[in-house]
Amino acid sequence: MTDLVFPPGLILILAGLLLPLLSGGMRKMLVLLAPLLTLLAVWSLPDGVALSVNYLGMELEPVKADALSRMFGTVFAIMAFGGGLYALNQEKVQELAAALVYAGSAVGVVFAGDLITVFVFWEVMAIASTVIVWSGGASARNAGLRYAVIHFFGGVLLMAGIAGEIHASGSVQFNAMQTDSPERWLILVGFIINTGAPPLQAWLPDAYPKASFSGTVFLSAFTTKTAVYTLIRGFPGAEVLIWIGLFMAFYGLIYAINDNDTRRKLAYSIINQVGFMVCAIGIGNEMALNGAAAHAFVHILYKALLLMSAGSVLYVTGKSKFTDLGGLFRTMPRTAICCIIGAISISAFPFTSGFPAKSLISQGAADAHLELVWLLITAASAGVLFVGIKLPWYIFFQKDSGQRPPEPPWNMRYAMYLMAAFCIGFGVFPGTLYAMLPVATDYQPYTPDHVIFQLQLLMFSVLSFFLALPMIKRTLTISLDVDWFWRRAGKLFAEEFEVQWLRAYAAVGSRSYRAAVRFLEGLYRTHGPEGALARTRPSGYMALWMTILLSVFLLLSFL
Amino acid sequence: MTDKREPDHWLARPETIRKLWAALIAFLVLLLAAQLAFPNHGHFGLDNTFGFAAWFGFIACVLLVVGAKALAIFLKRPDTYYDD
Repeated sequence: MTDLVFPPGLILILAGLLLPLLSGGMRKMLVLLAPLLTLLAVWSLPDGVALSVNYLGMELEPVKADALSRMFGTVFAIMAFGGGLYALNQEKVQELAAALVYAGSAVGVVFAGDLITVFVFWEVMAIASTVIVWSGGASARNAGLRYAVIHFFGGVLLMAGIAGEIHASGSVQFNAMQTDSPERWLILVGFIINTGAPPLQAWLPDAYPKASFSGTVFLSAFTTKTAVYTLIRGFPGAEVLIWIGLFMAFYGLIYAINDNDTRRKLAYSIINQVGFMVCAIGIGNEMALNGAAAHAFVHILYKALLLMSAGSVLYVTGKSKFTDLGGLFRTMPRTAICCIIGAISISAFPFTSGFPAKSLISQGAADAHLELVWLLITAASAGVLFVGIKLPWYIFFQKDSGQRPPEPPWNMRYAMYLMAAFCIGFGVFPGTLYAMLPVATDYQPYTPDHVIFQLQLLMFSVLSFFLALPMIKRTLTISLDVDWFWRRAGKLFAEEFEVQWLRAYAAVGSRSYRAAVRFLEGLYRTHGPEGALARTRPSGYMALWMTILLSVFLLLSFL
Repeated sequence: MTDKREPDHWLARPETIRKLWAALIAFLVLLLAAQLAFPNHGHFGLDNTFGFAAWFGFIACVLLVVGAKALAIFLKRPDTYYDD
């Protein structure tokens, strides 16, 4: 079986490379077909190593499958299909091509059995996603560059860590590790940079909203969730992740509350959601790890749905600021309903996909007897509702902005219906979600007391939202984030450096100039036209000296 | 509301909004009452007290908004701040 296996990630990558050569219907067909073929390949892979190659004396395993990689591979393929359908009317072929390569390399990471393969696909992801950011147009150029710099920096740390790990352990296998050596810390840091963890988290809300209406949908799915996968595989139970995750959960909430851009608000919400997953990985028991995987799975689907609805509004109105929107439910009821389904799913309402997933994480914290962590997760869950409701409220309701835009084109609508169906489907039939989990579980989320608990938590948060409305009026503002350090402080530093450099240059320059001038003046004094060595002497002077010399010679010869 | 020629969408009329508020409050009361019938089987003790999720969720949201507003005092800038 080692001979005939085709790596599932390569299907999407090859399709992406082929895409610019096709046109019209063929191109659209390939965009939809490649993810379906990938899904088939993912499901037909047997457990264990399906492909191994010897490279430079290292035993690489480019394709290795188990329940965890199959779960992530499945949702990545679904996402590539839904995103592709949504983006069918995207005219920039480089964005679609990059999106397929990006999705394919994400699938490549989750089926990688060794660290070298992880790294290769990791870097392909960074390149492809940068191309997607750049497809957002001229305003995305600088953000894309900042995005690329941070991801390549993360890649360098990861490469250094992997090289050290291979040297120390003699094995290229990608297995669970302890955080017990500098090289493993480097690998961990390389991974968590891609989750949007502090202190570099601002790459995410900086770059994602700059992509096109469809580009952000792709971006939201793969980078952060691939990082979650690598953490589940590589560092389950690393305690530091609990606190990093909780920080991300609250940080994402607070910035999402303050933000005025529909898609930047959703980008902050990604950090919040990934925070739950990172925290669960830190808790590290089977329940919590299942929860992290399940949450990543459902999050990809409802976050895509939310970004599709925000992207649709951007597509038909050209606007993405809450202050410019409002009242759109009158002419966009279908988009509004899809957006609301996304919002209640992210809030983990019972009978939506967020509920069975997030319940596993809470249960994991409770099983580990981490009361403070459990309380903080519960508080953040209430906050997610508060932030989640914000998107449909400010776009489709609040004031009437007077705009009456139409619904988006059919392909965008159907992509939203598909994602909405998954959000409801996995909520109503949690067994379908749980069947894919890395560790089999008989957890039952729908007990009356649990549903009542969750509804109390969420509905009182709804109450707080509508009571707090006067406090959270939208304004034409942004909130400074850590990217200030490289967009503003770095710039100020560079400018100051330039000023100081010019001053130093001037000081050193003028001193050497003066020294050179003094030297030249000295030369001039002795060798110049008036210098002692260059004076023109009158010929009489010469005759006099000759006479004296000859006289002396004469005198001496007589003596 | 502002358009005099045709009445606004039924969902935006003040009487609908009043009804929605009434429904929300009725539902909240119902949820609290339901806990009497199905007591919570929580994990720590604190979460089993009556109405824990209700007040905890509410206060968490209030604190988050207050925290966000407080942070905004220092971090808020016009959205033309970065001119790129």
